[in-house]
Amino acid sequence: MDVKRRKFLKIAGLSAVAGLGVPSAFTNLLQGEALASSSGQGNPAEGHKPAGGHGGHGEESTGTQYGMVIDIKKFAEHQGLADRCINACHTEHNVPDFGNPKDEIKWIWTDDYAHGFTEHSQYKRNAGLNELPVLLTCNHCANPPCVRACPTQATFKNEVGVVVMDFHRCIGCRFCMAACPYGARSFNWRNPREKYANGNYKFYKNGVNPNYPTRMRGVVEKCNFCPERLAVGKLPACVEATGETKAMVFGNVNDPNSEIAKVLNSNFTIQRKPAAGTKPSVFYII
Amino acid sequence: MLEKALVGNNKYWAWIFFLLGVISIGGLFYLYQYNYGLGATGMSRDVSWGIYIAQFTFMVGVAAGGVMLVLPYYIHDYKAFGKITILGEFMAIAAVAMCIMFITADLGQPMRIMNVILHPTPNSMLFWDMLVLNGYLFLNAICGWVILNAHNKGVPYPKWVKPFIYLSIPWAFSIHTVTAFLYCGLPGRHFWLTAILAPRFLASAFAAGPALLVLIAMLLKRVANFDAGEKAFQKLGTIITYAALANFFFLGLEFFVAYYSQLPGHMHTLDYLFWGHEEFDNLVLPMRFSLTIGLVATTMLLFPQIKKKEGMFALSCAMLFLSLWIDKGVGMVLGGFVPNPMGRITEYYPTVPEIGITLAVWAAGALILTILFKIAVTVAADDDH
Ligand code: SF4
Ligand code: SF4
Repeated sequence: MDVKRRKFLKIAGLSAVAGLGVPSAFTNLLQGEALASSSGQGNPAEGHKPAGGHGGHGEESTGTQYGMVIDIKKFAEHQGLADRCINACHTEHNVPDFGNPKDEIKWIWTDDYAHGFTEHSQYKRNAGLNELPVLLTCNHCANPPCVRACPTQATFKNEVGVVVMDFHRCIGCRFCMAACPYGARSFNWRNPREKYANGNYKFYKNGVNPNYPTRMRGVVEKCNFCPERLAVGKLPACVEATGETKAMVFGNVNDPNSEIAKVLNSNFTIQRKPAAGTKPSVFYII
Repeated sequence: MLEKALVGNNKYWAWIFFLLGVISIGGLFYLYQYNYGLGATGMSRDVSWGIYIAQFTFMVGVAAGGVMLVLPYYIHDYKAFGKITILGEFMAIAAVAMCIMFITADLGQPMRIMNVILHPTPNSMLFWDMLVLNGYLFLNAICGWVILNAHNKGVPYPKWVKPFIYLSIPWAFSIHTVTAFLYCGLPGRHFWLTAILAPRFLASAFAAGPALLVLIAMLLKRVANFDAGEKAFQKLGTIITYAALANFFFLGLEFFVAYYSQLPGHMHTLDYLFWGHEEFDNLVLPMRFSLTIGLVATTMLLFPQIKKKEGMFALSCAMLFLSLWIDKGVGMVLGGFVPNPMGRITEYYPTVPEIGITLAVWAAGALILTILFKIAVTVAADDDH
C-alpha cells in the first residue's frame, strides 16, 4: 500500500511541495484553541486536551504519567541524532545485537513516517514527509493492551505510569507481543549472554553496562523509560543524548507545570494509532 | 482397564512403536530447542507466534468437536451415537493434551509455567484459556473413564457423573470461545479483531472434529472390527455438512466486510492470504487450495448419494479436515501478523526442529488416542460376546 502511494505521490510531482510548513498552521490554530479554553476555565491543564485527546476516548488518567514528546523536525535538522539516541539506549540497557533480523531485539528504532504512522493519512502528502525517519519506541500507553494480555503480570504499569517488565516472571508466551499495536516488544529468541571461547560476549558489542541487568533467553523486553536513571534524578538515556536540541522532551504529562505539558500545550502533536484507544504517552511534533 | 491397551496384534504394536519413534525424534529436537531457545524455530519479532500456536488453536477446535456427539447422545438421547460417543470424549482428551503440549513447546521459559497459577491474572485471556482447557480435560477424563468402566463391568454408569456430562457441553463451547478471545480482543490486529471469530472457530471445530472422528471410526471398522453403525456415520455426516456450511458462510462475511468497506486494515491480511500483498505471497497457494477443497468437500457432502458411499464419504471428510487445518492451523494465526504493526511484511518459514516437534506432538496425541480407543474398542468387543 505505502509503496504504491509513495510512487503515486512522486509521479504526481507533489514531492516538490514543501509540506513541512503546513503543520505550523495547526499549531497556530491549536494555540488559539488552547487560549480560549484556558481563559474560559482558568485551568491551564485543559490546554493540552486537544493533543491528549488523540490518544483515545474517555477520561484522562490522573496521577503521574511520564511521557515524551519527539520533535521529528529537530531530528531532521540534526543528522545522526536519532542514531545517537538509539545507541545510548541500547548501550545503557545491554540490548544484544544478534546481527540478523530474525533474532532482532530493539527498544528504540527509526522507521519512516509512512510506516510509523500507518493510520494517519498519507494520501496526497508530500513524499518528503512520508519518508522522514521517525524514532519509534514503546508508547507507555495509559491504557496498555500488553499489560491486559500478560497472564503473569510480568508486564505491568508502575506508579509513575511507565509500563515495565519483570524479566524473572515472564514465561515467554509472547501474548504481549501480539497485543501491542506498535510492535514495541522484542523477544530473546536465543541466549543473549552467550560468550566466545575467549570469554568475550558474542552479542554485547560494546561490553556490558553493570548498572542494568542482562536478560536470559526466552523472555520479552522493551523500552522502560529508564527507571534506574529516573530514580537517581537523571533523564532517560535517549533524551539525554539529544542534549540541548530539545528534540525530545520528557516528563509528567499530567503535571500542568511540567515542561512536557507546556510543550504539548503549545504544539500540534500526534500519536501513533490513536484509534486503538491505548492513549500513547509518546507524542510527535511533525 | 488400562491392561486392555497392553494386548494387541503385531500391527498394533508396530503402530505404537512407530509413534514412540516419532516422539523420541521430536523429543531430541525439543531438547535442542530448550537449550538454544525459541530461535530454533522460524519465528521472529514480527511473526511472534508460529506453527505451535496455530496447531494449538486448531486442536482446541478438535477437542471442542467432541461435543457434537455428547450433546445429541446425552441430551437428546440419540441412541445411534451409543457406541461412538465415547470415542468423541476420548478424542477430546487427546486433543486437549496436544494443546497443552503445543503451548508448552511455545513458551520461552517453560519452567515458569506455574507463574500463570501463582500470579493469577483475570484480565489475561491466557489465564482463562488455561482454566477452561484443563477443566475440559478433567471433565472428559471423568466422564469418559467412569462411563467406560461401568460399561466394562456391565452396570449402568453412576448418577453422579451426570452433572459432569451436562457441564462438559457448555464447557466445550467455552474452550473455543476463550481461545478465540485470545485473538479477537487485541486492538492492533485487524484480521483477528472480529466479533465473528468465536462463531467461526466453533463452526470450523464442529466440522473438523467430527470429520476426523469419522475417518478414525472408519479405520477402526477395518482394523479393529469396531462398527460405530451406519446411522451414526450418516448423522455425523449431516452435522459436519451444516458446520462446514456455517464456517464458509462466516468466512464469506469476513470477505464482504473487508472488501465492501474497503477499510485497509481489514483488507490487508485477506489480500496477503488470498492474493498476495506487494511481493509476498507465501500463503496464497495453500489458502486457495484450502478454500477450494473445503468448498468442494462441503458440496459433496450435500449429496446423500455421495455421503452414503463409504469411500466418497471418507474422501470428503479428509478433504474438509485438511481444508480447515490449513485455514485455521496455518493461515489464521500467521495471517494476524501480516502486515506487522508498521505495515511491513515478514514471512515465516518453520524450521526442521520446529516441524519435528510439531510432528512429535501429533504423534503423542495419536498415541494417547490409540491407547484410549484400544481400551474402548476392547470393552465394546467384550460386550458383544
Ligand atoms: S506501546 Fe506496546 S508495549 Fe508499550 S505500553 Fe503500549 S502496548 Fe505496551
Ligand atoms: S511473554 Fe512475558 S511479559 Fe509477555 S505476556 Fe507472556 S509472560 Fe507476560
